Amino acid sequence: MEDKVNVPINSDTDIVTARQSGRELAAQIGFTSTDLAIIATSISELARNIVSYARTGEVVISVVQQGTKHGIMIVAKDRGPGIPDIEQAMKDGYSTAKGLGLGLPGTKRLMDEFEIVSAVRNGTTVTVKKWRR
Amino acid sequence: MEVPILKQGHYLIASIQSALTDADLLKLRDELVERVGRYRARGVIVDVTVLDVMDSFATRTLSAIANMVKLRGAETVIVGIQPEVAFAMVQLGLALSGVATALDLEEGLAYLQRKTKGNGGNHGR
Amino acid sequence: MSNKPRQPTTIQESSNIQPTTALLRELVSHLRQNRTQLREEWARRIVEARLLTAMSNDEIFAEATSVYDNYVEVLETGSVEALQAYARNLSERIIPRGVETHEVLGIVLLLRDVLARSLFSKYQTDFALLNRVLDAYEPAANRIANTVAVGFVQERERIIRQQQEAIRELSTPVLQVRDRLLILPIIGVVDPQRARQLTEQLLRGIRSNRAKVIVIDITGVPSVDSKVANHLVQTVEASRLLGATVIVTGLSPEIAQTLVTIGVDLGKMNTVGDLQGGIEEAEHLLGYKVIASGEPTAQVEEE
Repeated sequence: MEDKVNVPINSDTDIVTARQSGRELAAQIGFTSTDLAIIATSISELARNIVSYARTGEVVISVVQQGTKHGIMIVAKDRGPGIPDIEQAMKDGYSTAKGLGLGLPGTKRLMDEFEIVSAVRNGTTVTVKKWRR
Repeated sequence: MEVPILKQGHYLIASIQSALTDADLLKLRDELVERVGRYRARGVIVDVTVLDVMDSFATRTLSAIANMVKLRGAETVIVGIQPEVAFAMVQLGLALSGVATALDLEEGLAYLQRKTKGNGGNHGR
Repeated sequence: MSNKPRQPTTIQESSNIQPTTALLRELVSHLRQNRTQLREEWARRIVEARLLTAMSNDEIFAEATSVYDNYVEVLETGSVEALQAYARNLSERIIPRGVETHEVLGIVLLLRDVLARSLFSKYQTDFALLNRVLDAYEPAANRIANTVAVGFVQERERIIRQQQEAIRELSTPVLQVRDRLLILPIIGVVDPQRARQLTEQLLRGIRSNRAKVIVIDITGVPSVDSKVANHLVQTVEASRLLGATVIVTGLSPEIAQTLVTIGVDLGKMNTVGDLQGGIEEAEHLLGYKVIASGEPTAQVEEE
């Protein structure tokens, strides 16, 4: 049983690969189908950000454990232009439905843990975790 | 991945068969818009039963399809959104507002029939 | 053949690690030698203190034996893993029998006391030595009590979580009242977890019943916080994605206020005063016509 998947992100087809791999991994540790949909959607959003803003990067999905909790961790990393104003990007007013913004507030809501590190010209790394109930 | 588009009377039915990349979605959009014009279709059904993920791009594109098809005088209805997918979508804030939705193909057709009743051509509002 | 440690000539020597370990070994051997008698005393005190009333005396003695042996082993080896495993195992067995936390803590502390008294009586003639004995015994005994108690509580919490999940599932039935019409009466406090579970159940219900109209009645919900109010809105939106219309009934002025505060346009949410009104509205939406017969007493079957 695998516990880690590394998906290089270079084009929109990789977005599909990333979320399918992520879903498979999460299914292995017994997430409900609702949570699987949530995880796959989050991976899709994070991978899409890489393609849209940085052209290239990677998504690493791994199984994590903390005490008796089991969960999944997704690290979306790129060396792109970075986010100049993280606070702004995290504001809920940024609607991805309209094509603006990065879907980050939504992803944060969906996941249990959320962390973002970004600097101009130095790339962005978003780390999220979801624990199995 | 090609999405098969069937013509049923005045309606077009696009049945998604597998996961679609962004490029596939855009292609579907263009295909549908073109065919609505070509066949003077009154309604479009997009069946997303098979999709296990609907992210922001997918919802944006479906909205775009509905809007562009409307400009050609036809109604769009999205059918087959799975319960888990619907849940994830609304949590992410993607409620597909302004786009008609129905449970399945049968309901989608019933909706179009109600909506396009008495609509003579594609000049209706 | 026990080796009595030399009497310390200075106070510093009593804090030396080496003698403490040797001391501990001697304690352990004392506790093992007097095993039968100490175990019996412990079991007797458990019954006296009216603990473990859910178990028979034989069962108490059997468990007392295992715990005693484990206890002494941990004192000897300092390893708590075996004790943790045993504590978990014990908890799994006794929690369904109705044994309470205070009982488990109680019996472990009683054992501690029984053993301590035994040590007291053995070393009572030498106060300095007694002190060192206690210095050796105390930390180990505390760790043991802690381990068993924590193990028990964790197991208990796990079981409670499981039960809560089961209760949640049972307490919110989705009712099919008419063809294509579902009613979801919600009663009691709704926390975010319950709200989430409700939504999942409802959406699955819409799909399997091919429902077109849902009436969610929240008359029985005293209040909601903004998180849960958001959930309600999301439930309405998600239901729409499945082609179903939601009518919310039983909205109290307080809950209406909460919804408005979080920015919900109540004009956009389909709300009706009470459940009856909601069902009528639903039937209307579904195209049902309820026809009153000429004689009011005829059709309705009443008790």
